[in-house]
Amino acid sequence: MEENKPKYEVFVVNTAQYYTLLTKKYGMRKKWQPADLNEIRSFIPGTILEVYVKPGDEVHVGEKLIKYEAMKMQTILEMPFEGTVKEVLIAVGDKVRKDQLMILLEELAE
Amino acid sequence: MSLKRNILDLRRRKKEAQQGGGEAAIGKQVAMGKKTARERIKAILDENSFHEYDLFVEHTGKDFDMEKKVLHGDGVIIGTGTMFNQPVCIYAQDFTVAGGSLGLMHARKITKIMDHALKMRVPIIGINDSGGARIQEGVNSLAGYGEIFYRNTEASGVIPQLSVILGPCAGGAVYSPALTDFVFVVENISKMFITGPSVIKTVLGEEISMEELGGALVHSEITGNAHFYALSEDECFEQIKKLISFIPWNNTQKALRFPTQAPTFPVSIEDIVPSDPHYPYDIRDIIKAVSDSSDFFEIMELFARNIVIGFGRIAGNTVGYVANQPMYLAGVLDCDSSDKAARFIRYCDAFNIPIVTLEDMPGYLPGVDQEHAGVIRHGAKLLYAYSEATVPKVTVIIRKAYGGGYIAMNSRHLGADFVYAWPTAEIAVMGPEGAANIVFRKEIDEAENPAEMRKQKIQEYKDKFANPFVAASKGYIDEVIEPLETRARLIHSLEISEHKVDKRPAKKHGIPPF
Repeated sequence: MEENKPKYEVFVVNTAQYYTLLTKKYGMRKKWQPADLNEIRSFIPGTILEVYVKPGDEVHVGEKLIKYEAMKMQTILEMPFEGTVKEVLIAVGDKVRKDQLMILLEELAE
Repeated sequence: MSLKRNILDLRRRKKEAQQGGGEAAIGKQVAMGKKTARERIKAILDENSFHEYDLFVEHTGKDFDMEKKVLHGDGVIIGTGTMFNQPVCIYAQDFTVAGGSLGLMHARKITKIMDHALKMRVPIIGINDSGGARIQEGVNSLAGYGEIFYRNTEASGVIPQLSVILGPCAGGAVYSPALTDFVFVVENISKMFITGPSVIKTVLGEEISMEELGGALVHSEITGNAHFYALSEDECFEQIKKLISFIPWNNTQKALRFPTQAPTFPVSIEDIVPSDPHYPYDIRDIIKAVSDSSDFFEIMELFARNIVIGFGRIAGNTVGYVANQPMYLAGVLDCDSSDKAARFIRYCDAFNIPIVTLEDMPGYLPGVDQEHAGVIRHGAKLLYAYSEATVPKVTVIIRKAYGGGYIAMNSRHLGADFVYAWPTAEIAVMGPEGAANIVFRKEIDEAENPAEMRKQKIQEYKDKFANPFVAASKGYIDEVIEPLETRARLIHSLEISEHKVDKRPAKKHGIPPF
């Protein structure tokens, strides 16, 4: 496991620069991004059972968007705010991964 | 005459039971590059020391035509033997018998030898090679796992528990190894996961091989579930023997003493560390430079490489080393390294092994992922483990000891018995660069040449604070020592601490942040 000629990277900790190697797991990190509330993403892997909306629909708070099944439980996702459906990226029967983008919304302008 | 007949009958029965799953199944096992359960036990124990129990145990399954099946020994071999002429208990799941699946009697055999080990206060070694629960035995299998976990927990911190993963170890089965002290894995042979690739594919549509999901390297490098990684079963058995040589047989004893040997590391300890604190080196070289025969037995070598843990000997006695590794991620503390070190410290404390801490770290790893991963509670584990430990605790500060990390790395304030610093040590709230920016912000901002002023102020801060003498003037460190004095100081400190008594308030147990 010894590196013959280590290629050191510059690594900044509290404004100081250090020369060091990086670990594989460090390289696997994902950059954090703030959540976009218009994106309806799956919070658990599952299967889409029903899609209640189509692009262009105007949907009110609390109305059903989709039903999906995960870990033997069925969950209905509801509209979080007054708005329209911009895009539907899944269809009935699709298997979705965790954090997969399923529906794109657009908030209703005042 | 009749006695002879009985003896021959016994021999015939034994021979039959000892063949496990039979020739075809053994052939398959060998084809996979695996040894049989019995060969593994013999390879680990002293020659001819193995004594088996419960060879004639039969399963109790009655459903799904199980009553018609004979499963020799119910798929597991248990027994006692010796290592270094000291008694140990051992069990090995036999994959050739019904895939080593765990039924009620299989589990009963394991819990029997575990109970034995705990009562006799000797180490227990478990070799895992099993397809998982025996579905035909239903809830009895689950009961069996639960009874094993209960005993793992009961024995934790009393006797050493080693888990050797030499085959599949999936579903509930993974939790026995996870509860034990040390997990050994072998490339291409060990597979550990809660849900296997086929389920993941069906449910998630994600395709991944067993090796990529839960192979030896994954658990050694990414998950931190495994402590020792080997390329072959033979290498793994050597690791087991080496580990056993470093640890005591139970929590009332000390590790075996060996004759004192001088270090043999070819480079002088003065020439290992670059004087510029921004440049890396391998902290293991310092460990080798102060250890008997320069022999360092590293644990979790590939996981959280920014901290190094493992055993060595100083003047013949086992010590546990915890050392920041500037070579990786500049030696920062983060979630994984805190977790790795904290558990090791608790192991050493439970088994009367003094802890030697070598410190050179610039602080905690900054980043959203670290904060969101809970670096606060993971980092707290390290504080907890050091503070809680009552074994002798010695710290040597090599270079950087900044901020929270200075406190965490077995500082005087957490109860270190001896704290030494090299003249290169920088003990401060933060590195000179960051500190100068804050302390001298006004001067820097108002200067005609801010960059020049900043440089000047960093130097000023370095001269005043980035050294060991401020901390020494407060008695936070006991002595500033020359690098060459390190080994002698460690030997003396450990000698002096030989009869250490550190009584803490009585409690059922603490609530560590895990």
